Amino acid sequence: MGYSVLVAEDEPNIVLSLQFIMKKAGLQVRIAEDGDQAILEIEKDRPNAILLDIMLPKRDGFSVCEVIKSNPEWSAIKVIMLTAKGREEDKQRALGLGADDYITKPFSTRELVDRVIELIQEGESANDPGTAPK
Amino acid sequence: MHGGLVVGVSFAYLGLLFAIAYYGEKRAAEGRSLTNNPYIYTLSIAVYCTSWTFYGSVGLAAKSGLDYLPIYLGPTLVFILWSFVLVKIIRICKVHRITSIADFISSRYGKNFALGSLVTIIAVIGTTPYISLQLKSIATSFNLLVEFQNAGVPAYGAPFGIDTTLLVAIVLALFAILFGTRHIEASEHHEGLVAAIAFESLIKLFAFLAVGLFVTFSVFDGFGDLFFKAQAHGLSHLFTVSEDNDYSQWVTMTLLSMAAILFLPRQFYITAVENRDESQLRTAAWLFPLYLLVINIFVLPIAIGGKTAFAGMSSDADMYVLSVPIYFDQGKLALFAFIGGLSAATSMVIVASIALSTMVCNNLVMPLLLRWKWVDVTEGGDLSALLLTIRRASILIILLLGYGYFRIASESYSLVTIGLVSFTAAAQFAPAIIGGIFWKGGSSKGALTGLSLGFLIWTYTLLLPSFAQSGWLPINFISEGLFGISFLKPYALFGLNGFDSLSHALFWSMVANIGGYVVVSMWRELSPIDRIQGQLFVDVFDNALDQTERRNWQGTVTITALQELIGRFVGPGRAETNFKAFAKTNNSSLKGDDIADRQILNHAESLLSGAIGSATARVIIGSMIKGKNVSFNEVFQMLDETTQVIEYSRMLEVKSTELEETSLKLQQANKRLQEFDALKDEFLTTISHELRTPLTSIRAFSEILQEGTQVSTEERQNFLNIITKESERLTRLIDQILDLAKMEAGRMDWVITSLNPTSAVKDAIAIMDGLIQENNISLSLDIDKDLPNVQADRDKLVQVIINIVSNAIKFCANPGGIIQVSAHKQENALLVSITDNGRGILPEHQDYIFEKFHQAQENSKKMAAGTGLGLAICQQIITFFGGIIWADNAKNGGACISFSIPFAPQEDSADL
Repeated sequence: MGYSVLVAEDEPNIVLSLQFIMKKAGLQVRIAEDGDQAILEIEKDRPNAILLDIMLPKRDGFSVCEVIKSNPEWSAIKVIMLTAKGREEDKQRALGLGADDYITKPFSTRELVDRVIELIQEGESANDPGTAPK
Repeated sequence: MHGGLVVGVSFAYLGLLFAIAYYGEKRAAEGRSLTNNPYIYTLSIAVYCTSWTFYGSVGLAAKSGLDYLPIYLGPTLVFILWSFVLVKIIRICKVHRITSIADFISSRYGKNFALGSLVTIIAVIGTTPYISLQLKSIATSFNLLVEFQNAGVPAYGAPFGIDTTLLVAIVLALFAILFGTRHIEASEHHEGLVAAIAFESLIKLFAFLAVGLFVTFSVFDGFGDLFFKAQAHGLSHLFTVSEDNDYSQWVTMTLLSMAAILFLPRQFYITAVENRDESQLRTAAWLFPLYLLVINIFVLPIAIGGKTAFAGMSSDADMYVLSVPIYFDQGKLALFAFIGGLSAATSMVIVASIALSTMVCNNLVMPLLLRWKWVDVTEGGDLSALLLTIRRASILIILLLGYGYFRIASESYSLVTIGLVSFTAAAQFAPAIIGGIFWKGGSSKGALTGLSLGFLIWTYTLLLPSFAQSGWLPINFISEGLFGISFLKPYALFGLNGFDSLSHALFWSMVANIGGYVVVSMWRELSPIDRIQGQLFVDVFDNALDQTERRNWQGTVTITALQELIGRFVGPGRAETNFKAFAKTNNSSLKGDDIADRQILNHAESLLSGAIGSATARVIIGSMIKGKNVSFNEVFQMLDETTQVIEYSRMLEVKSTELEETSLKLQQANKRLQEFDALKDEFLTTISHELRTPLTSIRAFSEILQEGTQVSTEERQNFLNIITKESERLTRLIDQILDLAKMEAGRMDWVITSLNPTSAVKDAIAIMDGLIQENNISLSLDIDKDLPNVQADRDKLVQVIINIVSNAIKFCANPGGIIQVSAHKQENALLVSITDNGRGILPEHQDYIFEKFHQAQENSKKMAAGTGLGLAICQQIITFFGGIIWADNAKNGGACISFSIPFAPQEDSADL
């Protein structure tokens, strides 16, 4: 599978583990260490999905999510919010901004990868099935 | 003339009066008031002109010419120049539902019972001679008319076998009872009474004018002839002020009549209590003086007519109005004159007895009954019947008193002299009332003192001598003074000679009255209730509207119970109507079971005031609320408490300002607490975040290793390393949280020893060496030699240095990080500074850097180990060691964290 995933996360060990496991699952992985960089990466090459940490330096995850979902060209990108904050209000805020899923740390890496692939495929069949993924 | 005819005409006249009164009330009940009219009002004020005016003026004029005039000059002056006093009194009566002059004075001075009853007693005793004067005139004129023999010598006798005067007294009493005590609520207007009194004023005026015109134009040939013949008879001295009197008597009589028109109980009643509309006073101000002028035009002509007709004969000049027509054989005119005299007398007797009976009932008898608990207001029963009985009995007793005085003293006095004795008594009310409505400083004690003294002197200098002159007291009481003490001669008290007896009495009674009133009022502090009532009366035009607000009842009584109570005094039907009207005008529904609120209680009190006077009403409402009979003292205590509340309200205002300030502080504290709470919340979230982050890595790598596929040995090693480090980080975080919690709660186990700071600093740096190397940081140490020991817990001190150095590693320049650690001796303390070459501390963070939540507001957690607790823990530790820790920026712009700890005392270090 040629799906591309952008991991926007500033904690190196978590990045390392996600990168490792997603590569094993056949996904293309790119890394952004802060919010601004995440936006730049998307502009450079639109991914199928983004794993977006909320507490990112420079521009937080909410803001990045808002930018993605309010841009018609990007709104198809699946946004999975990652957070170490277990607060319900944050979850509501994220979903309100259009995030496709919200996952609280610590998470099972296997389940996370399955969820990412599932969301991307859902989006493809719902949209134009003729459009091939990059 | 036949006695039966005179009696018949008299009763027919009284019947007509009654019919007028009945018609007046009927009109009032239909809402088409007859008396709400300035002309009727003015005529009713003319009740001032009694048989004294009708007969007595002529008698006085026959004796001393124009001396009768001041009696009319005083009222004229009052109405023309002093109507503002009247307006004020009327307004006060309306606002406070005053029923009588006694009610007025007692109400002004704190609803004082003693004062009200004293005024009542003075009024009754003072009015008695005046009533006896009316009885005397009716009896004399009746006898004269019936038994006049041509010789013109009136013979006194008893045509019915009993004393005519007693009969007259009883008939008048019955008449007054029929007139005045049909309802109970005195402050509601007696329309019928006023109409009848106004009618009587017309009759007496016409009768007098008829006799005057007859004398002037029939006996004489106009005024010119009259004066000419008078001169011929040597009567010219009557046209001038008599020379044997100095002007003092004129002044005295003018003053007395000024007081009388205001303060005679019946004048007060008619002018103030029965007034319908203040604006009617404007008409009265000119019409009443005009009435007085007209009724006085023919006084002198009739006097001269009598003098010339009865020249050389013994005759009673007081009866000229009647005897002159008889002398000239004008039977019908004489009868008309008699009716005029009757109208003058009856109007006075009726109004005076009604006014006095109200006072006796409301200000004397009811309060006593309540005080002695002979009447229990909390029990059932219709009290309006009791009130009516009291009033009727008082009317009868008052008239019998008048008759008694007549028997004792009147025979020896002229009408005018008797009247002036009454006037002087009425004048005693002047200081308390005039003072009361213009001077807030007047107190009840002052009024009581003044009235008592004035009344005593009046009794001593006027009343008792009148008894003595009639032979009821030894006559040498007058000539030699009491017990023969010449200083106590009633006509020359304290050696004051040269005044006539009236001026003398007025002078001394007023000196004592005004003196007592003013001195006692000023000497004793005002009671709060005096102050309240004083303000309400003096400022009646300012605060007429809110005065009900000031008298606060707080109720525990239901509407039904209240209505029943009022019903027992004014009649159930009337109470119901009134309550309904109140509900309607106030747009409130008065439900029977509701607790009566302040508004309806005040209304009920004023309704009751109208029936039984303000002081008694206060007590009764008070007792109703408390569910038992309360004493006057208790009521006044309640009032005083209310007043004190008012007085304390100013203090409360001050307190309230203080409260506002406190409240502001509380708000600030609360805001701070909220901020604190938000920070705490944020802190917990941060802690949660910090715990979850390493857990995430640990779990992720554990899962990867668990699956075991396609992981190289090298990767496996790396992953296991990460798991170990993250576990350590987790442990450290948990330790720090626990440490901080322990320290904050004071439960930390400290091991305090005297230790060498140099080794502690070096140990800490050694522990951090790995991290320092890892980050390519160059660290320089600068430690003074031979640093003295400090008192500290070694592990904790090392931890402080580790925490600060960790911070420095986190924030120093990367690459090229430089950290300087210095430890110096500064006076008696150890000074340790750790400086990095990073960005430094932003000024806005300076104040918060040691707060444990501070890191939550920072985004940087890059270098791991950032819990936001490090510096907070350092501060706790250093503070425990008795030192201080602070942060500033170094010269190179980097952050510099320093702390100082006092060196241990010398002997301790020697020991170790």
